[in-house]
Amino acid sequence: MKSLRVSVAGIILKNPTILASGIIGETGRSLLSAIEAGAGAVVTKSIGLNVRKGNTNPTLVELPYGYLNAMGLPNPGIEAFGEEMSIAIRGGAPVIGSVFGQSAEDFALLCSRMQKYGASAVELNLSCPHASGYGMEIGVDPDNVSQIIRAVKRSVSIPVFAKLTPNTERIVEVGRAVQEAGGDGIVAINTLKAMAVSIEARKPILSNKIGGLSGPAVKPVGLRCVYELYEELDVPIIGAGGIETWRDALEYMMAGAVAVQIGSAVGKKGLKVFGEIGSGLARYLKSRGMEGLDELVGVAHA
Amino acid sequence: MRSQMFTEIREVVKEGKGFTTLRFRFARNALPGQFVMVWLPDIDEIPMSLSYVEDFKGITVREVGVATRALSSLRVGDSIALRGPFGNHFEPSHGLNLIVSGGTGAASLMPVAEVVGDKRRVDVAIGARTRDEVIFENRARLSSSEVRVSTDDGTYGMKGTAVDLARIMMKEKRYDMILACGPEMMLRSLLELSKEYGISCQFSLERFMKCGVGLCGSCALDGKRVCADGPVFRREELESVSEFGKYKRDEAGLKVSL
Repeated sequence: MKSLRVSVAGIILKNPTILASGIIGETGRSLLSAIEAGAGAVVTKSIGLNVRKGNTNPTLVELPYGYLNAMGLPNPGIEAFGEEMSIAIRGGAPVIGSVFGQSAEDFALLCSRMQKYGASAVELNLSCPHASGYGMEIGVDPDNVSQIIRAVKRSVSIPVFAKLTPNTERIVEVGRAVQEAGGDGIVAINTLKAMAVSIEARKPILSNKIGGLSGPAVKPVGLRCVYELYEELDVPIIGAGGIETWRDALEYMMAGAVAVQIGSAVGKKGLKVFGEIGSGLARYLKSRGMEGLDELVGVAHA
Repeated sequence: MRSQMFTEIREVVKEGKGFTTLRFRFARNALPGQFVMVWLPDIDEIPMSLSYVEDFKGITVREVGVATRALSSLRVGDSIALRGPFGNHFEPSHGLNLIVSGGTGAASLMPVAEVVGDKRRVDVAIGARTRDEVIFENRARLSSSEVRVSTDDGTYGMKGTAVDLARIMMKEKRYDMILACGPEMMLRSLLELSKEYGISCQFSLERFMKCGVGLCGSCALDGKRVCADGPVFRREELESVSEFGKYKRDEAGLKVSL
């Protein structure tokens, strides 16, 4: 089998598939099960300073082309999450700690704890579309993002990734702010701000009314964002949004992603999706007589 | 896709003190042990086991909180929104099955007794706290050759638990499979008992659920997702689960002792 190894900001992944944040990653053992299923790395659920219960149900709507969710950032808080991290890092694959906060100080504190817990990198959730005061609201302003990145970079030595929202026309500007502030990579994209209305109940289905759309519906948007970011930036880009098959993964890589995150497909296909994408990519490399995936990254820009 | 669908309540049956069955048409295939997510606009959306799995389906609700109280007060003609069915299902043995039910566990177990379709292959042990909380006894009698009942306070049937009943029944007969649902401490003891006798078992478990489709991780039991990898787990799976009978997780993902 050809090697699927990729390097993202110096972190070595045995294959380019990464469990996306928010998908089963609330417990150490769940993260381990994604690693056992073949994920090259895993991202934790976004963790904040304090315990948060998240939104009341309904928090998820199944649509023909994806999921709409508004979990509302439920998490046990950074203190309690240490125990989960100590379990997750036993899996032998990089564990990326996702965090959310309201200020640069919050992010810096959370990231230094994640580093202490053994995270290989941190991912800043600058893009949650359904938790007021967090995420997207702070992640669409390049100056704000720049401040956060600088504060985090001062507090940790592990790579710092910023997960960006597509809910702005300024995604490339925000990406540039991340790079200029010393960020080590970009994750694109988080979910698209969206809604579903029940005609029977005559109201939005989600208790939060507005949520984030994921799954195949958003893949073209994700690809466009990765493509635009790759044109302008030098830092590595991790692609996310609607990836279900090795072909989807390759599309993202050709658009400029060095690795890909898998989220919604875990609901549709189960954890075996990691192994399926990995073996599909290996077959592709073999059939083309290629040695590694690096030569494919960004080829769509030629 | 198993998206939201509204259906009208066709029948409401008060089963016992605090237990209500709602019957409705829901034309999606379902198997015993599977569950649906029931949405009550402005209140909540909660997982409920199907207590009837044919086209004329049903759920059996025990009043424990705001959402279950709202469900229990619905009347014929009212509507509920459902998504699902979700999860795996019970697979009864082709030999002799012992069904062990604790409290509201009977709701997910009665359909499996009925799908076996042969009374000679099913015995049932029903445990409840008190007489008024014994549900589906008659239904059990219609689909099995032997039904025994216990109550914690001795107001009906044998004084004791469903596990006490199971212990007695297992001494008398050789069962090929134990199918159970009920409080987790009961299932924990039943697991020990089934190990003692070397009998296979399938238990339906409960955890705090949000998405219902294996995405959010709220219902994690070790690395398993109760909503998608369960809710029915086999003996071999449960033996390796460190959290079984010990911890559950709350809405924030914090460990809580059972």
